[in-house]
Amino acid sequence: MSALTQDTLSPAPASPIDKPSAGRAIKDKLATVAVWTAFGIAIIPLVWILYTVVDRGANLLFDPHWWTNSQRGIVARVAGGGAYHAIIGTLLQAAVTAIIAVPIAVFTAIYLVEYGRGKLARTVSFMVDILTGIPSIVAALFIYAVWVTTFGLERVGFAVCLALVLLMIPVVVRSTEEMLKLVPNELREASYALGVPKWKTIFKIVLPTSFSGIVTGVLLGLARIMGETAPLLILGPYSKSINTDLFGGFMAALPTMINQDRVESYDPALNRVWAAALTLIVLVMVLNIAGRVIARRSKVSR
Amino acid sequence: MKLSKHVALTSVALAGALALTACGSDDNSTGSSGSDETGTSVSGTLNGEGSSAQKNAIEEVISTFGDNNPDATVNYNPTGSGDGVKNFIAKQVDFAGSDSALKTEAVDGVVEADAAAERCGGNPAWNLPLVAGPIAIAYNLPGVEGLTLTPEVASEIFLGEIKTWNDPKIAAINEGVTLPSTKISVFFRSDESGTTENFQKYLSGSAPKAWTAEPSKVWPGKVGEGRAKSDGVAQGVKSVEGGITYAEWSYATSNDLGVAKIDNGAGAVELTGESAGAALTAAEVAGEGNDLKLKLDYATQTAGTYPIVLVTYEIVCSKGLDADKTTLLKSFLKHFASADTQSGLQEAGYAPLPAEIQTKVNTAIDAIS
Amino acid sequence: MSTITGHSELDAEPSGDSASTGRRGDRIFSGLATGSGIFIIVLVVAVAVFLLSQAIPALLDNKANFLLDRVWEVNDSELRFGIPDLLYVTVVSSLVAMIIAVPIAILVALFLTQYAPARLAAPFGYLVDLLAAVPSIVYGLWGFFVFREYVEPVQNWLADYFGWTKLLEEPVSLGTVFLASIVLAIMILPIVTAISREVFAQTPSTHKEAALALGATRWEMIRTAVIPFGTPGVISAAMLGLGRALGETIAVTIIVSTNPGAFRFSLFSGGETFASKIANNAGELGSSTKAGAYIAAGLVLFILTFLVNAAARIIIERRKAFSE
Repeated sequence: MSALTQDTLSPAPASPIDKPSAGRAIKDKLATVAVWTAFGIAIIPLVWILYTVVDRGANLLFDPHWWTNSQRGIVARVAGGGAYHAIIGTLLQAAVTAIIAVPIAVFTAIYLVEYGRGKLARTVSFMVDILTGIPSIVAALFIYAVWVTTFGLERVGFAVCLALVLLMIPVVVRSTEEMLKLVPNELREASYALGVPKWKTIFKIVLPTSFSGIVTGVLLGLARIMGETAPLLILGPYSKSINTDLFGGFMAALPTMINQDRVESYDPALNRVWAAALTLIVLVMVLNIAGRVIARRSKVSR
Repeated sequence: MKLSKHVALTSVALAGALALTACGSDDNSTGSSGSDETGTSVSGTLNGEGSSAQKNAIEEVISTFGDNNPDATVNYNPTGSGDGVKNFIAKQVDFAGSDSALKTEAVDGVVEADAAAERCGGNPAWNLPLVAGPIAIAYNLPGVEGLTLTPEVASEIFLGEIKTWNDPKIAAINEGVTLPSTKISVFFRSDESGTTENFQKYLSGSAPKAWTAEPSKVWPGKVGEGRAKSDGVAQGVKSVEGGITYAEWSYATSNDLGVAKIDNGAGAVELTGESAGAALTAAEVAGEGNDLKLKLDYATQTAGTYPIVLVTYEIVCSKGLDADKTTLLKSFLKHFASADTQSGLQEAGYAPLPAEIQTKVNTAIDAIS
Repeated sequence: MSTITGHSELDAEPSGDSASTGRRGDRIFSGLATGSGIFIIVLVVAVAVFLLSQAIPALLDNKANFLLDRVWEVNDSELRFGIPDLLYVTVVSSLVAMIIAVPIAILVALFLTQYAPARLAAPFGYLVDLLAAVPSIVYGLWGFFVFREYVEPVQNWLADYFGWTKLLEEPVSLGTVFLASIVLAIMILPIVTAISREVFAQTPSTHKEAALALGATRWEMIRTAVIPFGTPGVISAAMLGLGRALGETIAVTIIVSTNPGAFRFSLFSGGETFASKIANNAGELGSSTKAGAYIAAGLVLFILTFLVNAAARIIIERRKAFSE
């Protein structure tokens, strides 16, 4: 999270003597108009998408059944049911992904900041960058190649988690790394001077100091993976019923719930598609905003 | 801030999430559905995958089955016939829905039927016809109702040889209908699909000169655009004036598309439950014993028979599933094949199986062990 | 958030064991850290190895030229597949997305760092970041069901005037590559903006003050101080955006129709990218012969994004070395 060093400079005070020529002034004005317009253009899709999703799906979110019931037994042309099965699937998969990815990512960041020197560290850092750029469909294909083709296992929720781990690790590594770097060296040195071993210093001083930053990274990572559809297409067949077993059976998730009915022609099904989209956006945005708020608060206190 | 405090907070959050898992409900029954079958209900989970042509049908069936058996879960993933069969053979699902029966001839050394038998622990897999759906030639031409097509003209339209709706060839078989000069936009299935194969079987069976491509699950045409799944093509036609596609009847009606009458040589036949049912009654059983593979006569010239009918099968192991799954599977299939369920499917745009076939299917289901 | 008080915890801990287990603890801890780092390397290598190992048999069985032949006929009996069409659609859709997104992103980044009122800059930045919080499947839905009808007139207009170029030939599809490109542009906008913003914000204020002191207008200051300073950062931002666009799956899959046999160069026709080809045929993976062909396509996508991302990182590293 880059600190926004807001520019406090303003253009040179216009003194009557060296007022810029008309041409230059016009160019300057044009540039101002251009950047404001660009900002407007960038915001339009956000507003438009949010409006569309709220307009077409919000009604269902006020129905308590939406949050407590599954889609079991509901056919496309009938209204009713809820998204509970998909919400719980998405949350469970996200939680398990985080449980696997976060320790690996945090330790990798610790390695990069506290231990890593030389070629190995540079390679690790480079590989993290490569992971950042891996398309989700490639991550899914990789897990498919391992899980289904090589080991002959069934497509289950846990396989989806494994693919998501690949996508979550780099986000958490990078944000944790940034936070660890911000911990003042004096703290570490003071601890060493007291005879505390390095690992305890890291565990008891460096990590707690940067904890909120790490949480931010985890939340942003979660926000990214919860909206992913590609791994679910390949590894996570949809079910209309509640399934909380990550190792057996089809398991619903919000993106697949959307994908399943997106081409449906019956209005009740389409209504549910948009409502599921809104639910997903709300979940992702809450995590996203929470992450950023925590990041800001920790910055303020520093 | 102490680490332990965070850990405590996190575990509270986790516990909360876990508590959430306990409060959801799968019960969406409206209460009106009294148990109209035998009181014994089954439980467990059954996973199926395959044909999207039968999606709307099987969802209705799963819905009513679930009302009677609240502890049983049946999932059906409408990814397409090809996928269904592959995942059935790969033991990823318990049954497959397919628009074409398992192939008995070798394709590159692999015989689908043999591979399926191997999957079932050495027992043959059976093709049970459970859903019959007419394929509609659906079009979007405001103001034009009751368009008639012959297999030859349909072939030329889908091949892109006829490019506009007021082409003389179309006009010749549609006297009295004012045809606009709108461009014809062909939509086809971008995924591998049994609907595509069956539609081509019809075209090549009834107009072998016009349609020369070998019927397969992949669309061979060179014009138009591909969209995924039956809903996708129907939706495409709905958005483009002058669009035409082939899709199961239910998709045409749910999108308010025009449905062409078919003239196989014995006069134009409108698509109705009866005219499609007539084609089914005329179908022959081509499989052996309880393997109920059906053979349809696409070139039929019987008056009042709508010739483009697709039969979708559930492909199941005759033996070899574990006992619990077998009980569940049999119970589900019984419900599927029952007269009540079959006649209820008409509402969703399908044709009920003729009584004769229903009986045969029931015999086969009883023989599953 | 108290930071320094970390000490007190330590004091509270009975630290008798720290001396004895210190060494071993250190070894275990550094082992865990180094192990995690090595695990990341192994992971990326494993991705490449697994994709390669499953793609090679299919590539050997391939009766067509993988790099040159424009066919994709995979069935269980015969494999004939080539990637030129996929490569073309993937690259062109992403490039067009970049052409649209990068200029806007630069202007937005300038707006956020140089123009926006100080108090509003942070919330405005938030808003742009929120674009990244919209799941890609929602972009796909919105793009195809809502946005499409607004793009169609633009397409028709462009085709009327520039239809003579192969690239903008008359629209024949509902879901066009062009529409996907615009949606992709919106999707990569927040990424490119965020990184550009970061580098613009780092412009040394001495440079800016010098320009202003010489009587430059704000725009001239930006042109002479901010943009030259930020250029390498913006280039790598654009590359990262490109990498994201190349691999985007579900939005493209929802939007773009597939082409029938005939291939067109026009942006106004359908097509498939590597990612959407795989997604459209996700079910075909069940057949091991076919799966190889799609995994081969996935491998090419992996290599493509690898190269683009590596290039972006190298540019950033160079800049760091240069500015230090």
